[in-house]
Amino acid sequence: MKVFNAGIAWAFGLVVYGFILLPVISLVVFSFQATALPVPPFTGPSLRWYEELFADSGMIEALANSLVVGTISGVASTGLGFLAAYGLARHRPRGAKIVRAVIMTPLGVSYLVIGFGLSITANELALGKSLVLVTLGHIIINLPLAFAIILSQMREEDESLERAARDLGAGELTVIARIVIPVVLPGILAAFLLSFTLSWDEFIIAFFLADFDVTLPIEIWSQLRTGLDAKTNAAGTLVFAISLVALTLAYILSRTTQRRSKGS
Amino acid sequence: MNGAKLGISNVVKQYADHRALDNVSLEVEAGSYTVILGPSGSGKTTLLAILGGFTEPSSGHVMVAGEDVTNVSPSRRPTTTVFQDYALFPHMTVGKNVGFGLEMKGVPKKERRARVLETLKLVDLAHVSDRHISEVSGGQRQRIALARALIVEPSVLLLDEPLGALDLKLRRTMQDELTRIHRMVGTTFVHVTHDQEEAMSLADNIVILRDGRIEDMGSPARLYLEPATAFSAKFMGDSNIVTGVVQAARNVVETAWGLVEIEQQLTPGENVTLSIRPEHIVEDAQGAHNLGEWTVSESHFLGQRHRIVAAKNHHEILVSVSQGSLHTVGESLKLTIAAKMAKVVKGEK
Amino acid sequence: MNSHVRWRGWVLVGPALLVTLGLFAAPMVLVIITSLYRREGASINRALSLDNYVRILTDATIHQALLNSLEVVALTVAFSTLIAYPFAYIIAFRVASKWQPLLLLLTVLPFWTSYVVRSYSWLLVLAKNGVINQTLVEWGVLAEPLAMANTRFATVLAFTHFFVMVSTLTIYASLRQIPTNLGPAARDLGASPLQVFLRVTLPLSIPGVVVGAFLTFVLAIGDYITPQIVGGGNELLLPQLLILQVSRRGDFPLAAAMALVLLVIVALVYAASSKNLTLERRK
Repeated sequence: MKVFNAGIAWAFGLVVYGFILLPVISLVVFSFQATALPVPPFTGPSLRWYEELFADSGMIEALANSLVVGTISGVASTGLGFLAAYGLARHRPRGAKIVRAVIMTPLGVSYLVIGFGLSITANELALGKSLVLVTLGHIIINLPLAFAIILSQMREEDESLERAARDLGAGELTVIARIVIPVVLPGILAAFLLSFTLSWDEFIIAFFLADFDVTLPIEIWSQLRTGLDAKTNAAGTLVFAISLVALTLAYILSRTTQRRSKGS
Repeated sequence: MNGAKLGISNVVKQYADHRALDNVSLEVEAGSYTVILGPSGSGKTTLLAILGGFTEPSSGHVMVAGEDVTNVSPSRRPTTTVFQDYALFPHMTVGKNVGFGLEMKGVPKKERRARVLETLKLVDLAHVSDRHISEVSGGQRQRIALARALIVEPSVLLLDEPLGALDLKLRRTMQDELTRIHRMVGTTFVHVTHDQEEAMSLADNIVILRDGRIEDMGSPARLYLEPATAFSAKFMGDSNIVTGVVQAARNVVETAWGLVEIEQQLTPGENVTLSIRPEHIVEDAQGAHNLGEWTVSESHFLGQRHRIVAAKNHHEILVSVSQGSLHTVGESLKLTIAAKMAKVVKGEK
Repeated sequence: MNSHVRWRGWVLVGPALLVTLGLFAAPMVLVIITSLYRREGASINRALSLDNYVRILTDATIHQALLNSLEVVALTVAFSTLIAYPFAYIIAFRVASKWQPLLLLLTVLPFWTSYVVRSYSWLLVLAKNGVINQTLVEWGVLAEPLAMANTRFATVLAFTHFFVMVSTLTIYASLRQIPTNLGPAARDLGASPLQVFLRVTLPLSIPGVVVGAFLTFVLAIGDYITPQIVGGGNELLLPQLLILQVSRRGDFPLAAAMALVLLVIVALVYAASSKNLTLERRK
């Protein structure tokens, strides 16, 4: 479909990629800045700011907190989402449409409002702010996504596999563990990965619900208020690297599980 | 609307790893209904794509009404194609779909509407003109695709396995429809299919394509009754293929089944391949050149006829007998080939 | 399926439902109720009243914030769609299939950096001594550095940067859903490449555009970080206003009312676009 010629397409594409990748490149490059300000000229390469980052206990604690919150909320949303998706797809309770709508509703509400809502609820219940609340907040925003992703992986054709297993004497738990989960594993991994990443990077709900133990985005935010230096670049680059590793891991895992299920 | 003569000369289509069409040359008479028949991989879809202008041949020419259209794009070529899955525009109504080609030509709205209704009447679908594409049935979609292609009055209409998605009854009905419309409209029809029954029922002329080359070409009757090769004999229906050596009498061949009489006179000692249709093998012990006694190993009742597999000394033969002739497995049959029905064909088994 | 097996469905779905009710529905109900309270001094008057809503309807500052939010988000939706559409088109149709997933991954790469840090990166890129200004001054395009950071321009730019990624994905998805023989069929009937685009490709890709625009709208209108960091908090948008009520003025009832207004706006936009809000292939 030649609406415009290849030259213009290439040029446009490159410009857009430049626009998209500019902050990322700037971020990563200036994380190796030798001087304080992460602006040109580039005075590196130096690991000075990474050292400062790892020496900053506030940052390291926040990083650890983020990992814990991300993992727990990721596991919880994926688990709940899987059970709900399986229940809906296979057992089809009456009112399935309503159930689906209810679980998906939080997607249409701004995180700002969800965070605010949870904070005044915590207030009413005289519950102090904490990372536990943050984790709960992250569960509710990731549950609809995990549910939707896993549900989309449950196809009707696979139901016959489950019926065959039951026919051969498998109990319900066995069917779930040995037949259902392996087939939708790519969906489960994708759901977990997405939940983890969204939680890991989430600011506003954590902002409303965290107390002194904070997550990484909040720690970066408060440090930003006091002054700009390349340590934040180092933090950002680290976050980026961890996310990339997680993404690659999940991709490799999903490819091996797919290959295994295709081979059998 | 009058059809144009279509000329294909020395068309080659070479891909990186295989040659889809190998030096194909063909003349299609103006206004005829030609069917290109072949198994998958024969190159028939590639040939149609080249005729329509969607692919360019590696070498060779396509001529429509004497003009070289080899490098002309589909939009400017006087051909239109009915695609295998119809390619109807899902976001438009039936009427808008059918009228699309006229819209591209700049025909004003009022005239367009009139011609759309006229063409839909031709395929018995005037009443669905304002319905959305998602609301019509499979058989209706097929006719809409046909109407959309015919309304622009092409010199050549190309059809890519148009009846493949339909069930048997619907297919038969549509075959009659296609014949009727072809007669009414007069355009040259080139129809691609792998179904030999469909080919025989529709075509004035059949071209059998195999591995990118023309295997055989002719009227349905000739191709069926006088196949040129063993492949086309087997493709056009069931056939028994047997090899043998020409005897001293020159019109008798000795085969593993017995002595068989042929129509021509050939050189004694020559190796030949013979094709005999199952319906041309009869129960008869008379005649000097009979096939002897066989044992029925399978018998299937197919409604109009019985399909019987008979065996003798590790050889198997396919026989088709009339509805009334009942035979049971294990029964003994004396078989002969009806006079002049053993055909000499070229090629392997 | 007999009924005793059907209850299994409820057991499986139950936990997710309970969590949604407890962590979402209940807080939302509380927000509605709270919006009907009033702040009085240091305490909350729990007598139900519509004072906060009256305030929202009459207060000029609130109107201005609402207007600002709508303008910023509209600009963002417009720019990100205008950039994302041709971009998605190029990836979908002008690039070999095997490279497409990689290009898409490259497109969303910034998504994997921290949102807060990314906003801060934009601030630095746009700052007076940032990459852009320094480069332009060096090349002689500018005599003096431009004040780009901490402005609405910066906010829209940073927003557009993020939402180009989102819209590219949704538009790409709907472009790829278009049956591949529709283009050749249209050309066969005499359409020029431009006509094929306008009459076939574009109409069939609208769902992708709408989904992308909707997501952009919902996410941007409730976003606090980007306007605060990149825009320097210089423009009062709805999220800033809401947070102001909470953190500085302790006026939770008013904040709750604002939150509901935000929800209503999103619901209205959803209702207006729901017909097109699907990426499923139309049969």
